[in-house]
This record gives sequence, structure tokens and C-alpha cells, in this order.
Amino acid sequence: MMRTSFSERLTDWAVNGFLWGFRILIVLIVVIGTFLTISSGKYTNEQWIDFIVSGISQGSIYALIALGYTMVYGILRMINFAHGEIFMTGAFSGYFFATWLTSTGFMNTNPYIGLTFSIIFAMLISASIAMLVEKIAYRPLRGASRLVPLISAIGVSFFLQYAFRGFFGPGVYAYPSIDALDGDWNIFGIEILKVKIIVVVSAFLMMAILYYVVMFTKMGKAMRAVSENKDVASLMGIDVNRVIVTTFALGAAMAGAAGVLYALIFRQVSFYMGIVPGVKAFTAAVLGGIGNIPGAMVGGLVLGILESVGPALFLESIGIDRPYQLKDAIAYIMLVMILLFRPSGILGERVSKKA
Amino acid sequence: MSTLTIDNIHTYYGNIHALRGISLKIEKGEIVTLIGGNGAGKTTTLRTISGLLKPREGNISLDGEDLLKYPAHEVVYKGVSMVPEGRGVFARLTVLENLEMGAFSRKSKEELNHNLEKMFTLFPRLKERRTQTAGTLSGGEQQMLATGRALMANPTVLLMDEPSMGLAPVLVELIFDIIKKINEDGTTILLVEQNALMALSIANRGYVLQTGEITLTDTAQNLKNNPMVQKAYLGME
Repeated sequence: MMRTSFSERLTDWAVNGFLWGFRILIVLIVVIGTFLTISSGKYTNEQWIDFIVSGISQGSIYALIALGYTMVYGILRMINFAHGEIFMTGAFSGYFFATWLTSTGFMNTNPYIGLTFSIIFAMLISASIAMLVEKIAYRPLRGASRLVPLISAIGVSFFLQYAFRGFFGPGVYAYPSIDALDGDWNIFGIEILKVKIIVVVSAFLMMAILYYVVMFTKMGKAMRAVSENKDVASLMGIDVNRVIVTTFALGAAMAGAAGVLYALIFRQVSFYMGIVPGVKAFTAAVLGGIGNIPGAMVGGLVLGILESVGPALFLESIGIDRPYQLKDAIAYIMLVMILLFRPSGILGERVSKKA
Repeated sequence: MSTLTIDNIHTYYGNIHALRGISLKIEKGEIVTLIGGNGAGKTTTLRTISGLLKPREGNISLDGEDLLKYPAHEVVYKGVSMVPEGRGVFARLTVLENLEMGAFSRKSKEELNHNLEKMFTLFPRLKERRTQTAGTLSGGEQQMLATGRALMANPTVLLMDEPSMGLAPVLVELIFDIIKKINEDGTTILLVEQNALMALSIANRGYVLQTGEITLTDTAQNLKNNPMVQKAYLGME
């Protein structure tokens, strides 16, 4: 005991010192940056509200994608790294459907119905692709060690990216613009872009539906039972494979819808568009507590808002030149911080239980 | 008329030969107990009957119908329910949701409500706690929940794995009274127990299992008086 104690204590001390230094640094940046920015009065209240609304709309998209990560993790303890690509397939399906609806003129006469249809279409396509992926790439590997399906997921991710690249080319497609959805709405005296509000409302509606399904339907209860104990669940007469496929399909449907909403805001669709939102949504899922459904929703919103408000609030006034370039850095620093200081996430439970 | 027939089953874990040709016969309305030491294969036997493990050889049939061709989640539909070892309640689901999961194989809403009523009269404690998550229940309450959950499927045969495990003596008596009551209401029971004395006191017949083989079978009364059983499982000299 005494023999190892000195060097061990030294490393302990160094690690803890580093962690504390890191914490203090982040807190200092946040506090000083916030103080300086607010006292400089550079942004008006309207601008702050605009930042927050953008953050919420971006965050609700992250939240929708994060649900798929968290649900699959909850049931299989596996990170489905192909989930970002499922989001991409949703955006593509929505793009083709919306382009077709626009060419027939339906989209401009009935923008909301058209939008709803393109979301539903994207959800169906994404869910079907995810079900195929589960059947081909994950199910045969069930029972293998945890690293194996993870590698398979990375393979699926590349496969989907390059399959879409092969079919539709490396270019960027411009999402059709819907005239009726351009412009602002005036909400409590503040002008807010219509699409942002549509995105937030649709995303929240979708999350409410998912929450209802998981909490109150027979299938949802079976999903929660399977995530706790597969053997006992099958003793109840629950077909575990069917529940797992349904989980993939539901998560993918959310990601597919997110793809359409993302394309509404950014107006672009491309084969590599799933990577960054996929990783961000994974960050959001970890942030909220992976495996936890309300956690994914909260994590997505928190991440979206911090990304949107953070550069202006924390970074700009401490002398960083173009703080918006660092918005991704904020997201990934959050991921590192969460993993270091609260690995179970905001709403998560003990991770160690099954790890 | 035999209800559940297990004929010469051999079950393996990988290369480990866990059950070496076990045969059991459980008649309708009986309580049959399976006693034996740790690692004798008691739990393996129940897991094989319920379909969680598939034997390499042998037959299992219920009223003449082959059970081995069904996966675990379909065996329930044939009338065999199991109360797993360590209770296996879904800790994050509420008591009510756990019971609903037990009735997963039952399609009609009336049947579900009727069975819920039945469980709440059998286990009034569960009614009080129906909105609590199962993880907050005490061990005895969890055992009641696991039992009630298995009964929600209206089984003809109930497999029970160590219902007394980890319970205070008072609760053990209570659980065994309930098992007797369930049996009197017409459910056939195969009971696996470490607590051989309690098990033999409510069972009609018993089997002694040793390293994957049945070494002895007799009426419960005779087993209780058998010197070998007394020495090995009842702690008597």
C-alpha cells in the first residue's frame, strides 16, 4: 500500500488538478464572456430572442434524431452510428417528394398538407431502410461482443452515404422553396421566421406522439419491458425481435421527419449531410442521458440553444474573432465535459449498471 | 391424463452438458416440486420448458402438443407461464404495467380487466401500490408481483423458480399459502425450490435432481421421510 501510494497520489492529483482547471476555465469563459457581452449591450433583446428561437428550432431537430440513438441504445445497448445516415435518407425522400408536389403545383396551393405528406413519406422511407439495416446488419450479430455491431454500424453508415452518392451524385440539391412558408410571423410583437416556428411545432408534435406511444400503448410498454430484460419479456409472450424492429422503425421515422425539417431550414440536401447532425444528435443523447427518452429531448434543446446563443454570449466579447466558426466546438466541448463530469447525462441514471 | 410431459431432455450451455436426460410427468392439478442443490440444473430445466433454452435432444409436450417447436414467446400462448428466478419484475414499469405485460398474450380488454381484478383480490398489496414502479417494492411484494404477472396469462401450468429466495420466513409462509391457493383454483404447478422442506410440505410429488439427472422421485410425503433426502436437502441427520 505505502509503496504505490506516492506515485498514485501524484497521478491522482495531476488528473484531478487538470479536471478542476478545465472546469474553472470553462466557467470563467462562460461567466466573463456573458458579463462582458451583456454589459456591452451589443445585441438587442429581439436579437437574443431570435438566437434562442433559432436554437430551439435547431435543437428540436437534434432532439428528434437523438431519440433514435437513445431508443436503440436503451433496448440493445448499442450505438447505432448509421442513424445520421437514416436522417439523410429522410431528407432525400422529403426532397424528392416535395419536388414532385411542387411540380404538380400542389405544394404551393396546400403548403401545410404538402409538407405533412412529405414528412410522412420521409418517415416511411427512413423507417423501411432502418428495418432492412437492422435485419441485415445488426440482427445476425446480436449476441456478439459489443464492438462487433458497432463496427457493422459504421459500415452501414458508409454504405448508405456512398449508395446515395452513387444514385444521386455528389452534388448538393436545392430544396424547393415554398412561397407560403417564406417570411415572418409576428409572435408577441417579435418577427420570427415562419419555417422556424413550423419546425418547432412539428418536432414537438412528433415528440409528443412518440412519448405517448412509448408510455401508453401496449407496444410502448413492451419496448420498455424488453429494454429491461429480454428473457423475462419473452416469457410474457412478447416477441422480442418484433419489438426491436419496431424500435428501430420508430427512431428512424423520427430521424426521417427531422431530415425534412432540417432541409426546410437549410434548403440543401446532400449525401454527406447526415454526418454532422448525426454526431450532434448523438452528443445531445449523451447530454440528456443515453437510454432516456425525455433526456434526448432535453439534451437536443439544450445543445441547440447553447450552440446558437453560445458564440455571441460567451465567446464574442472575450476577443474571439469569428465566434460562429466555433459553434461546433461548443457542441463537442459539451460532449467532452459531460463525459468527464456527468457521464450519466442530465436526466440519466447510473450508467454503470450494465456497462 | 398427463398435462406436461418432459421426456429425456438434454440441454447444453455451449459445451457444458447441463441436463443429462431428464424426464418429468406432471399431471393436471398437481403441485410437483423439483429439489436439488446449487447447479443441479433446476433453473435450466424450467428455462428449457419455457422455451428460453432449446434442448439438443428430447421432447416436451403439453396435453400431447409438442412445445419444442415454439419459441419462448409463443409457449406462453400454449398455457405455460413462468415466474423467473430472482422475480425479474420490470423495475422501471409500474405495478399495473407489469401486470399488463403478464397479460400480453391475452387480446381482449375484458379478460385483462377481469384478471387484474382477480390479482388484486389475491394480492391486495399490489392494488395499493399499482401506480408505483416495481423497483420500489420490497422483495416479498416483488415476488407477489412476479407471481401475479405470470397468472395474468391464465396459464394451465405455472413454473415457479425459487419463490422463497431472499424472503423473510413470514413472507415465505405467505408465498407458499398463495401457491397452494393458486393450485386449488385449478393451476398445475411445477415448483423449483432450495427450501426443500417448505416445497415438500405443499407438493403432491417431488423429483430430486443431481448434476443434471433425476436421481429419485416419489410422493412428497415419502421424500420427506427418505433418509437420503433428509440428510442432503432437509438438513437433518
